[in-house]
Amino acid sequence: MNQSHIARPTRKDLMDGICSRWPGMEANTRIEEDGSALITCDIATLRELCEWLFCENNYAFATLIVEDEEADWLFRYIFYGDAEVGVVHVCMKQPKSNTVAPSISAGVHAADWHEREVEDLFGISFEGHPRLGDFVLHEEWPEGVNPMKKDFDASKPYMHRQVDPEWRPLRILEAQGAFMMPIGPVYSDYAEACQFFLETVGEDVVRTTPRIFYKFRGVEKLAENQPVERVLLMAERFSGASAFAHSLAFCRAVEKISGLEPPPRGQVLRVLFAELERLRHHVGAIAGICGSTALAVATSQASILEEELLRLSCIMSGHRYLFGVNRPGGISIDVTSDQCKMLGDSVRSIASDLKNLFDMLRLSSSFLDRIEEVGIVSTENALSYGLVGPVARGSGIARDLRNILPYGPYKSQIACQTALETEGDGYARLRVLFREAEESANIICRLSSELPPGDVASPEFRLKAGQALGWVEAPLGAAFHWVSIGEEGAVKRYRVTPPSFMNWHGFHLAAENFAFQDFPIVMATFGLSNAECDR
Amino acid sequence: MSKWVLLGIRSGTKTTRYPSHTESAAGISPGRPKDTLMADKNAQALIRDLCPTGALNPKNDRIAVDYRRCISCRRCARGASTLVDWEESWEWASLSAPDLNASSALGSPFSQSLHIRVLDAGACRACLSEIEQLGKPYYNIHRLGFFMTPTPRHADVLLVAGPVADNMRLPLEKAYDAMPTPKRVVAVGACALSGGVFGPSFTSYGSLKNVIPVDVEIPGCPPPPLAIIHGLLVLTGRRPPAESGATSFLDRRSGT
Repeated sequence: MNQSHIARPTRKDLMDGICSRWPGMEANTRIEEDGSALITCDIATLRELCEWLFCENNYAFATLIVEDEEADWLFRYIFYGDAEVGVVHVCMKQPKSNTVAPSISAGVHAADWHEREVEDLFGISFEGHPRLGDFVLHEEWPEGVNPMKKDFDASKPYMHRQVDPEWRPLRILEAQGAFMMPIGPVYSDYAEACQFFLETVGEDVVRTTPRIFYKFRGVEKLAENQPVERVLLMAERFSGASAFAHSLAFCRAVEKISGLEPPPRGQVLRVLFAELERLRHHVGAIAGICGSTALAVATSQASILEEELLRLSCIMSGHRYLFGVNRPGGISIDVTSDQCKMLGDSVRSIASDLKNLFDMLRLSSSFLDRIEEVGIVSTENALSYGLVGPVARGSGIARDLRNILPYGPYKSQIACQTALETEGDGYARLRVLFREAEESANIICRLSSELPPGDVASPEFRLKAGQALGWVEAPLGAAFHWVSIGEEGAVKRYRVTPPSFMNWHGFHLAAENFAFQDFPIVMATFGLSNAECDR
Repeated sequence: MSKWVLLGIRSGTKTTRYPSHTESAAGISPGRPKDTLMADKNAQALIRDLCPTGALNPKNDRIAVDYRRCISCRRCARGASTLVDWEESWEWASLSAPDLNASSALGSPFSQSLHIRVLDAGACRACLSEIEQLGKPYYNIHRLGFFMTPTPRHADVLLVAGPVADNMRLPLEKAYDAMPTPKRVVAVGACALSGGVFGPSFTSYGSLKNVIPVDVEIPGCPPPPLAIIHGLLVLTGRRPPAESGATSFLDRRSGT
């Protein structure tokens, strides 16, 4: 089932296809130094070209980047295939005076929320998009003020307008006795701020609409004109639970611009820390799933392992969440061989405890009853919503950036298997989490005993001007960081596409026609982060 | 089901014995920079420039640390030849007004039973994750009489993390207003104290104090679970705050 998604055309197929379909387009297509293809197109071709890539050639949609240039809006749509076909940038320019762009989301549904985001932040509307407005900026924000425009002053707080008393959340369900139950943004014991509108006709919830961006901190705007060192702190801190992955994606983009890779020891240590973070994240997610089904002992067992991994991270790096480890050119700490041995031993014992936990869970029928066939996302839906990470892999999509767009040591040195399940329900996602946690533990154990000698950071690292896309497989899935650095060394444009943003888009698929008491379970098996999404 | 019970029993007790005993396990706290004696003006300037948030400032012959601003980036602990001292502690919480007396901290009726509502005002999830650890086996705050409650109407304490993102201002104010009196507010983490790397800006208020009154401040990025427990103990008068000496706070408390 998954094979059909892996079989993608080669780079030559891409060029041939473009030439035969749009004669003359080859002049506008070029292959960049890093192997990515850059296609420049006009407004008329944009929609067709994007649909052709997404629907007919199985390219995944990565992100939409809008740049506010002197005279034009620059739209950059990024798609990715696998290592063979790489990354495709589709660029389109239109004059500043034209604030209406064609919407590609009818064909490329994964771009739906990206367009809504751009509409709120840049004031550009998308022709043909069914639902714009009230997304990033909530009802208190004044109309017509668009913070991502160059002329907006981000340092000052803006003036509130009165909340519109007529404002109501969008309701879709129309039936006798239909009722809408709002949950959040302050709810549950430790939950992140997010609101859900559950539309119900009695016990069953027919539809769920999440309202996100309660935690919008405007990282992309705050990064503008800031030195790289400062932006690194934000890249690390907008999502504390996957701080290492995001700082790594940012650093990789900066290093790509400079054309300098970190030394081997630095690269391998980065993998070590990235996998340690993934392991800790997945163990935490497993604890969350056990907790959502009220299985107390299993929750405690997983939580014990999570705290042990937090302590281990602190012993290795000085910080429980691996803050301050990455820096452009490498990492800022080195580890001793004693530390590595201790890490390997501890992770091995944690992996064996995890295995025991899974063996007990899979034989606990009361637990399985609650997560099997709950929150199902079909492969087709997962593809069209562009879902990523463990959620997509639980729905039969074999996409893991470590394998399809390998970076650093994942290119050759480290083989990691893509965990894949096809049912798309809560149990499939749980199994993916366990498999990936095991795989991460294996990688850590292997690498900790064979670290290459040498420096951990490149002493010759110098900042350069330019722009590049950095990506990593974060614990929750594919993360893309677009960084553009100006001549004076400050960041001109920073665009983050975190995995949670892609997956919250598809969350409503899993939260349809279910019994109300299953809601926490659907939430936990998705395991999404609002901090990461809202950035 | 019995196998789960057996597994639970086999795991033994993991819970820390803090505050009745000290805790010495490795990795429980990232530590923090310490007020450091540094007479050399050049070294002082170097350290000051290393700090991205202005938490380290020369003061006579010392480097003084503003913990509200410190974001645990550890740049002052690496990369310069003269480094600041580092302390491996966790009792960091302080009362927000230095002259706050016992009658403004929660009194004895609450000292053994305190209900807490956690509120995410734009936190990055590291603070929230550390707060979540409080209810888990290693820390288990129930043993201290602290309980999490899902509604502000049952809460004595609002535990807030994050730089107060603009979209969360209204929910925060509503939650605060919904709490019965007496009520107390604890600000957790550098973001809630100074805005951290995010604020103040067009989307963040930069500090919880700019929106609602704050009683106890717990610095750290994020503060480890034991630091948060210390903050709650300070609030109920069961441990002295970081700034004052061990006896003075307790004396003040019994004196009023």
